[in-house]
Amino acid sequence: MRRPRKQLLTLNNPKLMNINAIYALLLREAKIYFREKERIISILVSPLLFLFVMGKGMGSGISPVRGYTYQQFIFPGILTMVILFTSITYGLYIIWDKRLDFLKEVLAAPISRTTLFIGKALGGMLGAIIETILLLIVGTFFILPLDAVKLVLCLAASFPISYMITNIGLTIGAKMRSMEGFGLVMSFLTWPLFFFSGALFDLAAAEPYIKAISLIDPVTYSVDLLRIIMLGKGVYPVWTDLGAIAVFCLATTILGVTSFGRLQQEK
Amino acid sequence: MAAIKTTDLVKRYAEVAAVNGVSLEIPKGEVFGLLGPNGAGKTTLISMLATLVRPTSGTALVAGKNITTQSLEVRRNIGIVFQEPSVDDLLTARENLYLHSMLYGMPRREISRKIDKMLALVNLSDRADSFVKNFSGGMRRRLEIARGLIHGPGILFLDEPTLGLDPSSRQAVWAHIRELKEAHNTTIILTTHYLEEADSLADRIGIIHHGRIIELGTPEALKKKAGQDLVFLKGEIDVAGIRALPFVGNIEQESGNYKISITDPARNLQSLLNTAGRIEEVEVRRVTLDDVFLKFAGRQISEEAESRGIFERIATIKSSRK
Repeated sequence: MRRPRKQLLTLNNPKLMNINAIYALLLREAKIYFREKERIISILVSPLLFLFVMGKGMGSGISPVRGYTYQQFIFPGILTMVILFTSITYGLYIIWDKRLDFLKEVLAAPISRTTLFIGKALGGMLGAIIETILLLIVGTFFILPLDAVKLVLCLAASFPISYMITNIGLTIGAKMRSMEGFGLVMSFLTWPLFFFSGALFDLAAAEPYIKAISLIDPVTYSVDLLRIIMLGKGVYPVWTDLGAIAVFCLATTILGVTSFGRLQQEK
Repeated sequence: MAAIKTTDLVKRYAEVAAVNGVSLEIPKGEVFGLLGPNGAGKTTLISMLATLVRPTSGTALVAGKNITTQSLEVRRNIGIVFQEPSVDDLLTARENLYLHSMLYGMPRREISRKIDKMLALVNLSDRADSFVKNFSGGMRRRLEIARGLIHGPGILFLDEPTLGLDPSSRQAVWAHIRELKEAHNTTIILTTHYLEEADSLADRIGIIHHGRIIELGTPEALKKKAGQDLVFLKGEIDVAGIRALPFVGNIEQESGNYKISITDPARNLQSLLNTAGRIEEVEVRRVTLDDVFLKFAGRQISEEAESRGIFERIATIKSSRK
């Protein structure tokens, strides 16, 4: 077979997962994230309000967990809230990429939908984890002293939690056409996910309908897991939480990869 | 093996067939021009070949790979420069090129050097580390071109590549396109409404209208089909003498002027003028692709170009992120 006169380039890439591409995608997300410094801080404002205003305002009389104040009780939930909001917002912002056609460049590249998906998911996790670290630092000094082991465990837990929430955001974002839906998603999905998780109250003592809904809420198990780590006591056994989170991670992965596959080849 | 071979490609959106049965074969190393008005199906056709859109029916082989079942392999071998700039606002020019290079699997050692080379080509070297959000529309397009070329693809899709560029940038891009063809045997599919672009760059032109290729041929062949080159003479003209010349066709008289059809005016004009007698005025009108378009598609492509210009401008304004 005739060779071209000048060999241009050889491209060797494993078909399923392309480390270079993932690295490049993640690098892009990281650069953009760190360039928006105001956003990094402003994301923490609501959680801090919850913690220092509502947390203190409610007084220590109604803490469901003995030995800890209400403020300390809600800390795991607020940490989860930060992860929830950061991750979902990141995922939904893929619509901006779509609107401005930046995504077109990435969709046209010779990368599998899995690679694309992993790159994006890691990007979402990055933001959430940074916020987690910041809030843990504030928390450990002002709210609930945590030893090194607990801090590491909390950080470790934030990985799968942010992963599955980011995926939910990405899946929804991939289907949405414009930013108008953003508000809808926040009102009808994100806030309910947060409130029904038992972040702010004792699930065990809640009304049956709340308990029922909380069972299918991925945030419930996230909050519970963090509570077990930080306070030593949760509503469910730790294996239930871990198992549920694992299932959600798997399910959202499948959803996400499929959505990105559809994006790559518009029908 | 042809670079691109399509068989009855169709893309339907609801009731409308954007592409309505296109069968084309483009040999390796050819520069193929796709000429047609807005909505003719150019962008849809290119999108299908670039595996961005799934065809409703029909198949195509691009670089020997099936666009539906082997889309990843197809993408490895192609480059695309989109019509609307899709460069990332929030990154610098250099970062955009770096991301692209990594996504296309270029060897790391080469990347830095190639980035510098491409930026120089499109005259953006001094803005390499500026954020794209501060770039003008023309600069974004130049960056886009650099990005489409940097990984040295065997097949390149250019969707209106020099739209909105100043003449010197346009010349630089054309020169690079010619170099790609000559030195690297790159196959290039070009959509454009700039007639001189299609005329001077394309080896063959396909006129697309309502989703179908209605004419296919070299620019010369198409122009010949569309009409004849004309010379208008005014004065005391030796009509008999002119008529005897072998390259002269029809001679008509039109309000004091003689309208003379001739072939190959570039070569024959001098003989004609020598034989014509005492000439007061002379005008040479060559067949343009506009005439080609008028004849085959029933309207002038330049009409389309004007309305497009406005939309182009609005789109550029709207696309700047806050």
